[in-house]
Amino acid sequence: MTADLQPSRQAGRIVRLAEKGRPQVRFRLDGVDCQALSGDTVLTAVLVSAPAVRQSEFGPEKRAGFCLMGACQDCWLWSEDGGRLRACSTLIADGMQLRTAPPEGWQ
Amino acid sequence: MTPPDAEKVVIVGAGPAGIRAAELLVKAGIKPVVIDEGLKGGGQIYRRPPQGFTRPPKQLYGSEASKAVALHTAFDRMVAAGEIDYHPQSSVLATAGNLLQALTPAGRKDFTYDRLILATGAMDRLAPIPGWQAPGVYSLGATQIALKAQGVALGEKIVLAGSGPLLTLVATQLLKAGADIAAVLDTSSLRDQMAGLPGMLARPGLVLRGLLMRAKLGRLYHAGVKLDRVENDERGPLAMHWRDARARAQRTACDMVGLGWHLRAETQLAGLAGCTFDYDQSWSQWLPRTDRMGRAAERLYLAGDGLRILGADGAEVAGRLAATACLADMGLPIPDATRDLRRLDRLERFARGMARAFPWPRDAVRAVPNETVVCRCEGVTAGQLRESVSFGGAEANRVKSLARVGMGRCQGRFCQIAGAELIADKAGIEVCDAGRLREQAPVRPLPISSWVRDA
Ligand SMILES: Cc1cc2nc3c(=O)[nH]c(=O)nc-3n(C[C@H](O)[C@H](O)[C@H](O)COP(=O)(O)OP(=O)(O)OC[C@H]3O[C@@H](n4cnc5c(N)ncnc54)[C@H](O)[C@@H]3O)c2cc1C
Ligand code: FES
Repeated sequence: MTADLQPSRQAGRIVRLAEKGRPQVRFRLDGVDCQALSGDTVLTAVLVSAPAVRQSEFGPEKRAGFCLMGACQDCWLWSEDGGRLRACSTLIADGMQLRTAPPEGWQ
Repeated sequence: MTPPDAEKVVIVGAGPAGIRAAELLVKAGIKPVVIDEGLKGGGQIYRRPPQGFTRPPKQLYGSEASKAVALHTAFDRMVAAGEIDYHPQSSVLATAGNLLQALTPAGRKDFTYDRLILATGAMDRLAPIPGWQAPGVYSLGATQIALKAQGVALGEKIVLAGSGPLLTLVATQLLKAGADIAAVLDTSSLRDQMAGLPGMLARPGLVLRGLLMRAKLGRLYHAGVKLDRVENDERGPLAMHWRDARARAQRTACDMVGLGWHLRAETQLAGLAGCTFDYDQSWSQWLPRTDRMGRAAERLYLAGDGLRILGADGAEVAGRLAATACLADMGLPIPDATRDLRRLDRLERFARGMARAFPWPRDAVRAVPNETVVCRCEGVTAGQLRESVSFGGAEANRVKSLARVGMGRCQGRFCQIAGAELIADKAGIEVCDAGRLREQAPVRPLPISSWVRDA
């Protein structure tokens, strides 16, 4: 297998194909400044710079959403204040503080 | 104006079925409540991107653009005119008696009804393959939603696999948008596809369009494949391993996989509302029992893909029929349904042909290796499931409590059909005798904090 057939292994998953001119939105993911576009879902926004939204509770793998239509519940993540949100059906907003792992003391 | 003593009709779902049902009720002077999870009305196929997106309908919906625009316009007009009581971004979680419990953006809200129309649509039907639990493996529908509603691809090099009309469609849509597709792998053989053709000829135009799309995919498309596994590292897919129609082993490098085998009706609310279900051999799934108009029980009507997977045109027809039944039962004047009933027959012939052409991969599911994860939510494997059958007997609800398959976050939506197949295989019975998972409320899990907040 030649190396050039292998896609690059950069951190994010999202490849923007259209509608790239929307205004920018800033948010924080695990304490790191990130950027997305207005109208992105939280899932799109997170997967622009990260490969997953959380760790699976039952297996070794991470999770990055699956259905994008609110049916599988694979894409829940946390916000710094301890709240949880379903990434595929929530739009990103300026100043959101998101976490891919529960905050300290969360259960 | 709704007369003060009019019965209260609630519609769940604002896809083609729900919208056409609402429209007919409005024409009869009723103001229905419409509850829908989406940001905007339109449903799955005619899903609209959020505010600020600018691609024109032709680019979003292709050949179906005029239908999409017609439905969106009809819906937005009813909302603007106050003819329907519309609750967007609201999920109905449970129903009991004449009460619906929903989660709205403002918190929990109860709705009462005299008559209920469920137009909850469908989702991808999934079959497990080794490695599908990895991040970067998505449903085919998700792949399309990402493109349609967000203008993005979920990876740089994409393998689409499974079977059904969405497979070719999503592949062509992605190619057109400039995505890099490495392969389109159809588990249905050309022979299966020929077997479905006579039924599908009920809509020759659609068959032709499908063939043209297939032609555009050229050598990317492979029929009659067997999917061996998704090879992953920590980040996700590295390659799809598969066998071609001549059983030669193939490896296709990729960083994203989209999987789906046609659709599965979303029937959780119908089950909670008291519908009876029958196992349908052509769609290989349990479907609610109704009359031709969509009457499921006293004051309960079903329409669209949540009842029979007839596609978007069929959903519009079914929506009108359900509303007609509802009006008739209220003793109100009704439009003539003869033409719609005839159309429904033709659409159903086509849909059954399609179900035959792109079948559920029964044998492949039965043969998955023991270590294959069947329940993505909780990591239950085929081996654990098989073991619990020997231990607890062949009934889906028993296996659920023993092996926890169907207990996870998705409530069995993505594992139930495959789980039943494995149970039936292990026990040597027909899949319809393996039982059906009982629905449980809430039909979507939710954080406690949002549940205790009243709207
Ligand atoms: C992801 C996906 C993509 C598809 N793409 C195509 C395509 O490109 N071309 C094609 O011909 N067909 C496509 N189909 C099939 C097509 O969606 C249907 O034939 C058509 O949309 C069915 O219309 P409907 O009104 O029955 O349901 P839908 O259009 O699915 O609408 C159902 C609505 O009900 C809402 N809903 C469901 N449950 C609840 C609940 N508990 N509470 C509140 N709201 C709820 C949903 O959010 C949705 O808006 C697709 C299906 C899926 C699942
Ligand atoms: S990805 Fe399935 S619910 Fe969000």
